[in-house]
Amino acid sequence: MTTKQLLKVENLKQYFPIKGGFLGRTVNHVKAVDDISFTLNKGETLSVVGESGCGKSTTGRAILRLDEPTEGTVEFDGQDVLGLSKAEMRKMRSDMQIIFQDPYASLNPRKTVRQTLNEAMEIQSVVPKRERNDKIIELMETVGLQKHQIDRFPHEFSGGQRQRIGIARALSVNPKLIICDEAVSALDVSIQAQVLNLLKRLQSEMDLTFLFIAHDLGVVRHISDRIIVMYLGKIVEMGETKSIFENPQHPYTKALLSAIPVPNPKKKSERIFLRGDVPSPIDPPSGCRFHTRCPFATDKCREETPVLEAKDEIYEGKHTVACHYALDIQAGKHEAKYEMTNVRKALNE
Amino acid sequence: MSENILDINDLRTSFFVEGNEIKAVDGVTFQVPKGKTLGIVGESGSGKSISALSILQLIDDPGKIVGGSIRFKDEELTTAKGSRMRNIRGNEISMIFQEPMTSLNPVYTIGQQLREAYKIHQGLGKREGTKRAIEMLELVGIPSPEKRVDQYPYELSGGMRQRVMIAMALACKPELLIADEPTTALDVTIQAQILELIKNLQEEIGMSVVMITHDLGVVAETCDYVAVMYCGKVVEFADIETLFENPRHPYTVGLLNSLPRHDIDQDELVPIKGSVPAPDEMPSGCRFAPRCPHASDICRELPELETQEDGNDVRCWIYTEQWDGEKGVKVYDNETTS
Amino acid sequence: MTTFIIRRLLQLIPVLLGVTILVFSLMHLTPGNPAVIMAGESAPEATVRAIEARLGLNDPLHIQYFNFLGSALQLDFGVSIRDNIPVFDHIRPRFFITMELAIYGTIFAVVVGLLAGIVSAARQYSFSDVALMVVALFGLSMPNFWLGLMLIQWFAIELRWFAPTGWGDPNQIALPVIALGTAGAAIIARMTRSSMLDVLSQDYIRTARAKGVKERIVIFRHALKNAMIPVVTVIGLQFGYFLGGSILTESVFAINGLGRLIIDSILQRDFPVVQGAILVISVSFVVVNLVVDISYRFLNKRVDLN
Repeated sequence: MTTKQLLKVENLKQYFPIKGGFLGRTVNHVKAVDDISFTLNKGETLSVVGESGCGKSTTGRAILRLDEPTEGTVEFDGQDVLGLSKAEMRKMRSDMQIIFQDPYASLNPRKTVRQTLNEAMEIQSVVPKRERNDKIIELMETVGLQKHQIDRFPHEFSGGQRQRIGIARALSVNPKLIICDEAVSALDVSIQAQVLNLLKRLQSEMDLTFLFIAHDLGVVRHISDRIIVMYLGKIVEMGETKSIFENPQHPYTKALLSAIPVPNPKKKSERIFLRGDVPSPIDPPSGCRFHTRCPFATDKCREETPVLEAKDEIYEGKHTVACHYALDIQAGKHEAKYEMTNVRKALNE
Repeated sequence: MSENILDINDLRTSFFVEGNEIKAVDGVTFQVPKGKTLGIVGESGSGKSISALSILQLIDDPGKIVGGSIRFKDEELTTAKGSRMRNIRGNEISMIFQEPMTSLNPVYTIGQQLREAYKIHQGLGKREGTKRAIEMLELVGIPSPEKRVDQYPYELSGGMRQRVMIAMALACKPELLIADEPTTALDVTIQAQILELIKNLQEEIGMSVVMITHDLGVVAETCDYVAVMYCGKVVEFADIETLFENPRHPYTVGLLNSLPRHDIDQDELVPIKGSVPAPDEMPSGCRFAPRCPHASDICRELPELETQEDGNDVRCWIYTEQWDGEKGVKVYDNETTS
Repeated sequence: MTTFIIRRLLQLIPVLLGVTILVFSLMHLTPGNPAVIMAGESAPEATVRAIEARLGLNDPLHIQYFNFLGSALQLDFGVSIRDNIPVFDHIRPRFFITMELAIYGTIFAVVVGLLAGIVSAARQYSFSDVALMVVALFGLSMPNFWLGLMLIQWFAIELRWFAPTGWGDPNQIALPVIALGTAGAAIIARMTRSSMLDVLSQDYIRTARAKGVKERIVIFRHALKNAMIPVVTVIGLQFGYFLGGSILTESVFAINGLGRLIIDSILQRDFPVVQGAILVISVSFVVVNLVVDISYRFLNKRVDLN
């Protein structure tokens, strides 16, 4: 299988300054994304998962330069995105679109579907004026909206339909990459399934590439080819969907997966409880950022930052993990410091 | 079935807006067996939260309970006096809410808010109240509770605040806890902590729980019985295993088929077509008929919630003698027949 | 908290400098030679020169400003042109009268406004809510000098319950305080109502009710303290307006306060007095706002976070 690289992110950092003191100087930084690298191939769906504050949304925004990244490179289709001028970047945005969680907040309430889609096409001038109306109707049909709804305002649609308008808007400029930032999180499950199916269909029909940012691991398993797991601004594990779900290596990934309730009353999984809360990204823990909550942590974890690497014996090079003890834990040579299945013990630590 | 601590029959709660009646809860019937957990599932607008708020008479204007009965330990709550209701709230029946970030009063300390419950229901003073508050915080797994007790809500994370809410709800050892989407706003690792905590405390105190959620995973993990709600009505009431193995109502089946699973491989999701009807377009017959793949002419009339052979209830014509169409509905690869 | 107060105090410096510059320019940027204005159009040249010399009007403008600032810091605002008595001696007794008027006015506005606002919010859309808000709209739209005149007409002249003029006796205080405070009470009532309604729909109010808290306590303890946060700012501003608004009220009720002093002095072109009085009022306004800011901070602990 020949895969063509569409997006390459290297050493991306996104630090947000914190102002303070008498003169409003920058006193510290929120290290929202701290040195991450990954690639995205044409036609695939790569999901970024993690809990709130892990930096997954920030990553999406940084790639599109909605917030200017602090450091690193982003290469899209061989072009250096961060080096582009404003005008060039605007042109580039027709190739890279984003869909947000709250369709209501991201649509102008005073514009009809026709106006919204027309405007998107006008900014990017990808479709000649005469053909726009036909294109709008075509788009609406593609995303499953009725032709007669063309002159309605966002408030006249349900949440799921509004998300379809958002998708139509993204599609209107013929993008290559769509970043879906929690695009289905706000939808009820029956509607969510409709939109997920729509996204899958569009991907195969239009040869789209998705960077899918989500916290719902059911959705992620369903839609992704590969998965990135983030914790406190760093990638802790990356690999193909099946191997992440069936053979997770990082203690955080394991805890995360074990925490999701299974919709099957007969299958009660052994749960790993993490102690405490996620630390602040302002002064993240030294070494491995997960060490404060990790039952396997040692002094080495407190001092040395583990590298995200393939441990070839078990991962065949496609599954990378940032943990000093991944292999030892797997082999049963490194044991947990406390019992992880008792919630009280975890909470009172 | 064991003795019921709560018995709700044909409950109706409506909102009156500009002369229109919006029937948010439209004839809801369910029971909570003593010591057990009942789940109420449904999507937004199904009336599950309003049903829960109705139990404690916490419906704000312009909403009103317009009919039906709520019996708590054989006491009718819909006609109970204000003073009696206040006595029940937070003492015999407690409630926790979805948004831990906004459910605590920002201008009072954690201790002040916890002490209030002890003061109202047990007449405890400041010193004794603080002592009990610290014990309670410790019980819900908050580290260094004697320090936390003097902190303000903004100093705590979302998971911590939800634990404070639980501590406050359980302060007077209630017999029934109503948890309205208690973990929806939280990350999954925190959700796991909170759900486990509720389960542990339930065993210790011996209380019954009503768990309102849209997450079928949470239901499967925590509940003994489930009421599935759609458009203000209970469409199915079943024990947990039957609900997942042998779901009867086409809506329940649709929900299960729409659900992307993290624990198994799925080829395709089968969504429910269309969307929830707006209040002014509510069908007079079966509310689900316009979206139902099995709907036939008889569905223009409203079916009753009828008890089946195994003791579970379903509101669907398919399971009646009047049904002349194909019997049975499909979920995953399991064929279910009536 | 301490850093916050220190920072606020430091921020006060440029504000106060700005105030002094404005007040200073009042005299020096108005058209015409102040010395001529003071001496009168027909005064002999020598008199004008003498006044110029006495006031230091021949110095460069910035020197004049620094001299003015230096003296003002020692509460020396020069002497009155009318009677050669130091300006500060004119201001001091009157300042306390005006402060009293403004404080009573504020108390009246706060008590009446808060009560009306709370009742309105607790019984939204009831008869009392609608009635109170109509009255509030009235109070807001009525100019306070006209209200003052009406009050004198009804309560002093026809009913003879209160004295029509003066300050000091309880029966002299009521009418001017009502005249001055009514608009403020209306503003506070409307503000309290909307703030209370907002707070009453918050999740934590439902939490309190679910705990079994009595409705009265829900409103006065759980809701009011939160609802007060935006209202406190308005109260502070009101107090400032009352200091300024006292000019009209004092004239209507013939009260010997700062406001009246300013008007009299303007009419008599006693510019040093005008300058001093305005400076005192402005500084009081700034100080009151500082106090409000700090108490806001005490009320709303969350501000500390940012």
